[in-house]
Amino acid sequence: MSGTEKETGFTFTIDGVEIKAHAGQTVMEAADAAGVYIPRLCDHEGLRHQGSCRVCTVKAGGRSVAACTQPAAPGQAVENETPHLTKMRRDLVEMLFHEGNHLCPICEASGNCELQAMAYRLDMTEATKFPYLEPCRALDASHPDIALDTNRCISCGRCIRASQDVDGKGVFGYVGRGIHRRVAVNGENLADTDAQVSDHAMSSEVCPVGCIIRKRVGFAVPIGEREFDKGLIGHEIEEKRK
Amino acid sequence: MSELPKARIATASLAGCFGCHMAILDIDERLIELMKLVDVDRSPLTDKKRFTERCDIGIIEGGCCNEENVHVLHDFRRNCDILIALGQCAIMGGLPAMRNAIMHSDAPLRECLDEAYITGKYIRNTTHNVPNDPALPLLLDEVYPCSQVVEIDYQIPGCAPTGDVIFDTLFKLLTGKFRGFEREMIRFD
Repeated sequence: MSGTEKETGFTFTIDGVEIKAHAGQTVMEAADAAGVYIPRLCDHEGLRHQGSCRVCTVKAGGRSVAACTQPAAPGQAVENETPHLTKMRRDLVEMLFHEGNHLCPICEASGNCELQAMAYRLDMTEATKFPYLEPCRALDASHPDIALDTNRCISCGRCIRASQDVDGKGVFGYVGRGIHRRVAVNGENLADTDAQVSDHAMSSEVCPVGCIIRKRVGFAVPIGEREFDKGLIGHEIEEKRK
Repeated sequence: MSELPKARIATASLAGCFGCHMAILDIDERLIELMKLVDVDRSPLTDKKRFTERCDIGIIEGGCCNEENVHVLHDFRRNCDILIALGQCAIMGGLPAMRNAIMHSDAPLRECLDEAYITGKYIRNTTHNVPNDPALPLLLDEVYPCSQVVEIDYQIPGCAPTGDVIFDTLFKLLTGKFRGFEREMIRFD
């Protein structure tokens, strides 16, 4: 290997598959480019990495790390789809379901929901061993074009980052600590903020669940013909390898 | 080839809408194939109200919203070798469980019943009472998924599950070939 190659590019492995990477890339960025899908919820293309949902947890050098924030390192051996990690991810996703009120049969996002799609991908079909917390959460329909059903919020913070970094607004922010940490709007209601339906934070791809609802477009695409009815979440990344 | 003894199955609808039982009928002509393998014991499909003998598979639609649901579910667990929760209501409470999240007040249930029978805008309830006939089963404080009341062996997701996933799962269980769901068959809606 020549000196310049050493500086610009290197390889590491994910589940034994050789992955090309360059300095400054995270494990997930390199994996995406190489067509290896690592499940994720709080990470979204075009937004800064946060590493909070831990669904992308991989093992690198025997330690559990978030693939979306972990820098790729030369020669690193990363474990991704092992039974142990898949089970841990399934438990995490299941706990997210239990922490809010996620009623897929009545949700407008069903079929476009990344949380639900992740449950499909991780085979979340066994009888649960966790209690349902069933929190009492508010519905904010004050804005003329947008509604917020916080029952479905998983606190991924994608809307916060999109509003701050892309829209330059700061409509959303975190409040509280620990299990009480929630995403809140920067005002009494959403109508009191400068939120607009054209904001990137309000676009359908930023909210992974059905919390941010754009009014008057619901059910334009019928249940059964939606994004994740057509293919597993992550299949478009995995198809790059074929 | 000697005929294998037929398996016995039973079904019940608890706090559900009967949609999952309708979905069982979506198996369509494959019902004939299925009926070669099973006899149906207690079920709304046979109108038998009690178990006549022990069953191999019990299928439960809906969660538990009242004391009668709990009695029926316990009865199924006692009388069935394998218990299947069919559909989202049985699995996680479903639509009836929507009342759980609004029931964190000091008088559980009261708010819900008052709005349904007394204070609601569009109600024509001439008695101005919440129904309280002794024959009515008492409502539980919350709606419970089946797995929080008894042990559940398998869950078939969907609202309602498709005829395909019901047939596929039952057929594989009856022939000892069930190894989990095909991923494209898992749906929560």
